[in-house]
Amino acid sequence: MSRINSPAELEAFRRSLLSERDPNKTCITLCSGSACHASRSREVAASIQAELEKQGLNGEVEFRRTGCHGFCERGPIIVIRPEEICYFQIQPEDVPEIISQTIKEKKIIDRLLYTDPGTKEKIVHESEIPFYKNQGRLVFGSNVEIDPKKIDDYLALGGYSALAKALSQMTPEEVLGEVTKSGLRGRGGGGFPTGRKWAESRNAPGDIKYVIVNADEGDPGAYMDRSLLEGNPHSVLEGLILGAYAVGSNQGFIYVRQEYPLAVENVNIAIRQAEEYGFLGKNILGSGFDFTITVHQGAGAFVCGESSALMTALEGKAGEPRPKYIHTAVKGVWDRPSVLNNVETWANVPLIINKGADWFTQYGTEKSKGTKIFSLVGKIANTGLVEVPMGVTLREIIYDIGGGIPGGKRFKAVQTGGPSGGCLPAELLDLEVGFDELTKAGSMMGSGGMIIMDEDTCMVDVARYFLNFLTDESCGKCVPCREGIRQMLKTLTNITEGKGKEGDIELLEQLAEVAGEASLCALGRSAPNPFLSTLKYFRDEYEAHIKEKRCPALSCKALISYYIDPTKCQACGTCRKKCPAEAIIGGKNQIHVVDQDKCTKCGTCFEVCPSRFAAVTKISGEPVPPPIPEEARTIVRKSKAK
Amino acid sequence: MDKERIDQIIDKHDGEPSSLIQILLEIQAENHWLPKEALERISERLRVPMTRIQHIATFYKAFSLVPKGRHQIHICMGTACHVRGASRVLDTVQGLTGINPGETDLDLKFSLETVNCLGCCALGPVMEIDGKTHGKMAPAQTADVLKNYE
Repeated sequence: MSRINSPAELEAFRRSLLSERDPNKTCITLCSGSACHASRSREVAASIQAELEKQGLNGEVEFRRTGCHGFCERGPIIVIRPEEICYFQIQPEDVPEIISQTIKEKKIIDRLLYTDPGTKEKIVHESEIPFYKNQGRLVFGSNVEIDPKKIDDYLALGGYSALAKALSQMTPEEVLGEVTKSGLRGRGGGGFPTGRKWAESRNAPGDIKYVIVNADEGDPGAYMDRSLLEGNPHSVLEGLILGAYAVGSNQGFIYVRQEYPLAVENVNIAIRQAEEYGFLGKNILGSGFDFTITVHQGAGAFVCGESSALMTALEGKAGEPRPKYIHTAVKGVWDRPSVLNNVETWANVPLIINKGADWFTQYGTEKSKGTKIFSLVGKIANTGLVEVPMGVTLREIIYDIGGGIPGGKRFKAVQTGGPSGGCLPAELLDLEVGFDELTKAGSMMGSGGMIIMDEDTCMVDVARYFLNFLTDESCGKCVPCREGIRQMLKTLTNITEGKGKEGDIELLEQLAEVAGEASLCALGRSAPNPFLSTLKYFRDEYEAHIKEKRCPALSCKALISYYIDPTKCQACGTCRKKCPAEAIIGGKNQIHVVDQDKCTKCGTCFEVCPSRFAAVTKISGEPVPPPIPEEARTIVRKSKAK
Repeated sequence: MDKERIDQIIDKHDGEPSSLIQILLEIQAENHWLPKEALERISERLRVPMTRIQHIATFYKAFSLVPKGRHQIHICMGTACHVRGASRVLDTVQGLTGINPGETDLDLKFSLETVNCLGCCALGPVMEIDGKTHGKMAPAQTADVLKNYE
């Protein structure tokens, strides 16, 4: 491929690409994101390739390995175009049938289709499945059509046309103006207006400026940035180049976690291809604008998602934050003006430039424009990535798209915003999702993690979990964070272990206030949020733990015991065989008993006890009944007694 | 790890001190831990004091200053896995291997680490061994999985 030297050449190349592509040619796309890899997507791919060859279809059928489709619950996913037939949970053994039946004979295989859990109806097309139907995928939608390792796939969908437009028809000020007008706000956590950040950098003194992609996605339970970078890396690159043009920067960085090997690989390939085509390097598209990108791998530190810490890490040092009396937009990497935006924010930019701020602002609420990708995880029927316009309610996301809580359990809370966010209870399910709305409710948008919790989740334990995470990740530079969070964790751990005492809640509140006010960076300042929000909405659970030594969710190990109900046990022996601690006493026709001294409370017996017996129960806040005497343990079966 | 290979990695980054983390990451990836000799060589070549290298090697989670076992167990402690019972999986693995997170057993068979979200939340709780993901783990199943590793 030779370099593309002007917008006209780009359009000519795009036309020739499209003319070579027959929209009616059968194309199999297979989701190959990290989550699907874990479900054997790689083996499925090998099997498809082998089978196409075996059945002599190599030239006739196109096979494309795309990035994440978002419906991780049902992965690996296959979509067959142009018919848009969608198959789920494909295993290598299914492939020969798919090729011989669906590809050759055009017959649909019912067993691989999506079944609507309500109506039990089989659904053939992606666009009719509730999970997809109720979304608005502006940023994430292209993932399903693009092989991330092929720039031509991105170009075929109109890729880099925003760059061509900006470089040939717009001044940097106009690009900046459009982004400002769009009201785009940072998708990584704080929700800072992107245009304002860019303007600050543009107006800052200095010839050398930097633009940076923050792909140090550290919130546990959030993986939308990884999926974008893995699945559509060019959209992020194009956004970054546009930002660089607007700000007046010639050097960009992508700071990506080394825990995301596929994202690192795909983004490196994308940069190389963009350089070959002339979208990066000197004199981009003949405009005289130069720009290069360097990839920097993070070495595993949550705090490096914070802007000043990330920039310190880029300099090759330990990623500790610094006070930000002067914004990093003015003094960032090597004290030079540096614009840092999150992956999803950058991926929004080409859309805004292409379609205009007015188009963008039709989505969302007054102060939160556009869409947001959420990762819907935890106790939810449809785990996956969902993109919705800002302003939809939590209920719509959790029930209409997410399919509600599995196993007939009751919804208890949704945790948003990662370790800096908070838990929102069922009363707030009708809350509209937006930056300010979530903050007002005591949580935050964060990067878009949404962890659903049901009645079995203990809210005190959730607070303890996040503080444990943050204690581990605190860089240790400032005292309120390093010591304050540690003390909070200690107190919370005591409470979950039944060692809580009167006054603990007040102590925690004091600690929370100091850490929240006096910490150096956002990590420490927001660290009390998981505690404060759970206390606000679930105070009764804290009190039950402290006063009654009872865990209402029956989750805290130290406060529960497993007990076999002698009236229900049918001596099937399953629990006894599966117990890893050999803590269950019993035999043939003998009612089983848990040896409380040996029990490690792993919960295996509770899980394996057949639901028709449901003899194993959890007890909290009251003493375990004494085991029934040995002579009374023999079961007399009715059928045999007759 | 021989000195020549370390030099090759340093040369790839033009001996640039700001590439220190990238160099350490490459050595960690190839060797699975950072031997003292390697750190001394880097210090010498990049002209970065040993204290700063030690600071970085202990600050970031990716680095290990002690040798690792033949099999690396990663237990995901992400929020989604946590609410689905990851701590019970961890307890079981600790019991079976006799080591705590961050430790390696005396036979150098297993190294155990906890990680914060592998991004396979649909499969939670997740245990990853040598890069292979084992999803929907329950305490009883972890024993079956671990048996397959020698």
